[in-house]
Amino acid sequence: MAAVMRLFSNIDKATAIAFACILLLLFLGALYDPNFLSADYLLQQLLTASFLGVMATGMMLVILLGHIDLSIPWTITMGAMMATAATGFFGDSLGYGLAIPFGIFAGVCVGFINGLGVAYLRAPSMIFTLGMNAVAQGLMVFHTGGFSPQDAVTPLMRQVVVGHIIPGVANPVLIWAVLGIMTVFVLTRTSLGRQIYAIGNRERAVFLSGVDTRRVLVICFVISGACSAFAGVLLAGWANRSYQAMGDPYLLPTIAAVVLGGTNVLGGRGTYLGTVAGVILITLLQSILSVVQPQYMLAAMGLKVPPESIRQIVFGMVIVGMMLLYGREKLVR
Amino acid sequence: MSTGMTATTSGGRRAWEGWGHRVGAQRGLLIAVAIFAIMFAYYGYMQPVGLSSNVINTAANKGVLLALIAMAQTLPVLTGGIDLSVGTIFVLTNCLASNIVVGSPFMTALGVIVVLVVGAMCGAINGLIVVYGRLQPIIVTIATSAIFYGLALVLRPQPGGSINPELADLMTRSTYWVPSSLILLIGVVLFVWLPYRRSVVGRAAYAIGSSEQAAYMSGVAIGRAKILAYTLAGLLSSIAGLSLTALTYTGEARAALAADYTLNSIAAVVIGGTSLFGGAGSAIGSIFGAFVMRTVGDLLFVFDMNPVLQPLFVGIVLLFAVSLGSVRLLRIKNKLDLYR
Repeated sequence: MAAVMRLFSNIDKATAIAFACILLLLFLGALYDPNFLSADYLLQQLLTASFLGVMATGMMLVILLGHIDLSIPWTITMGAMMATAATGFFGDSLGYGLAIPFGIFAGVCVGFINGLGVAYLRAPSMIFTLGMNAVAQGLMVFHTGGFSPQDAVTPLMRQVVVGHIIPGVANPVLIWAVLGIMTVFVLTRTSLGRQIYAIGNRERAVFLSGVDTRRVLVICFVISGACSAFAGVLLAGWANRSYQAMGDPYLLPTIAAVVLGGTNVLGGRGTYLGTVAGVILITLLQSILSVVQPQYMLAAMGLKVPPESIRQIVFGMVIVGMMLLYGREKLVR
Repeated sequence: MSTGMTATTSGGRRAWEGWGHRVGAQRGLLIAVAIFAIMFAYYGYMQPVGLSSNVINTAANKGVLLALIAMAQTLPVLTGGIDLSVGTIFVLTNCLASNIVVGSPFMTALGVIVVLVVGAMCGAINGLIVVYGRLQPIIVTIATSAIFYGLALVLRPQPGGSINPELADLMTRSTYWVPSSLILLIGVVLFVWLPYRRSVVGRAAYAIGSSEQAAYMSGVAIGRAKILAYTLAGLLSSIAGLSLTALTYTGEARAALAADYTLNSIAAVVIGGTSLFGGAGSAIGSIFGAFVMRTVGDLLFVFDMNPVLQPLFVGIVLLFAVSLGSVRLLRIKNKLDLYR
């Protein structure tokens, strides 16, 4: 009981508001259609959220450092494409088992180069990861344009996504949960976690206390690349194939999820629980907007607008609105 | 460092040092100009018809679009912020212009004014949220870019529309080898950038980018300077949106186009020698940075490179340009200066 109380007292304002907004969204959804509160629907949303959750895990570590990883879209695509192409590279028998590790390895490589550029060349992460995104895109366009690659997933990849190791819990949810527990452990119980938070506050001070901060930067970017590529592998398993630009719709939701969860975009502050709240919030918002279909209500009023535009406008307004609630900087004094 | 030393050196020596300092401050700009000059000269040399008026006009029309957006990006970056919505303001104003810049000369002129005002308002919204909402520019502009893109989709669910053909022709033709688009760009530099750079608010933007705390302590009007920077960014993006409409005669709400221009604008700003941490650089540098980015794409065609390799090379050029900045690491004597 005491442990539970301590857990709740540790929840910061941002996380609490984010969870409150989730409940509010569900309440509003239930007013429209009671099915929003059914277990089936909620589990389905959790499954959808787990893909975003895996991506947001890596992004959160990088944002905690005060950096950002904009190479996520094509790292996702690269992870998916390399995993599906593995049987073509290594032959059927070897590629079958190597598909998933090979996809993640591609992401590790992208993350490693990002890390080298940001940590050792001291390039601004925003522009360096942008460049890596273009390079990853170029490699993948070349990969599919040069010859026709194997784009179908292996049965194992399919099984990892659609199967249930624990009955009733879809595998991606389980994967996200395990990844989340590991991240919480690293962030709160290891010196690496302490160093990540400290670098986000002031890297110079951490360097002066004898920490090789550049190593920490590289590690976090590698984790971010690996997470994106792994999410790409999962997405490929879900869609049963890999295709160009499959990661493009995920960059903004990933950053939004981390930031809505209360992680300071300048680094140094944030909890994983908040990121979980942000991920679920974004997923629910997107889902409810596509179910409620407000474009028909507007059409009844004589306004013809495409559904995508409403989704975008509401998405943007919710981010600004929620950040105004709890993400404001202190006044300069 | 001591003032005594400087006083004893001869006047000529001091003038030389001042000159060296000036060149040093403009190093980014000069490098961008040099790279562009070499690349464009080679591009012209490789053209079968040479640098004909047509070749120059086509290159200018494409280059000026990105140059305007790169200038727009420069202003928030100078204050230490960033504007990830320049691409979507560009697309939004393109969609708007394809709807209202039509009809009689009076209606066309009114349409142009509305397009520019809407662009400036989009920027002003960014600035107001950044200043009074006290949110991080990167988050604000990510969010508003979703809103602007949604509005663009409302205006143009399907590609289409039109623009007054006389205006379009005027904006895209070339008179005596001088492309109209270049005249437009020079006009923007003379009537928007230079007055801004010399104004109090313009200087304030540089001061804020160098150190917001110090600027605040010196009584700089921080809020006003930031709002103006974002507003002008919106205005410049809308000029680019108008030019795009004149070039294509249509409006299209394409997310990929917006993303492409936003990314390339940041690359152009960096290549043009503006620091992403703010406080140093100029929009002139960004113009040449934009020309470099565009010429890279054109050169790959000239080299007969496999088109599927093009994104790869653009990415490598970008990484290379960023890594060039790391040369400064070799000159750092105190290792502490490496870290924030």
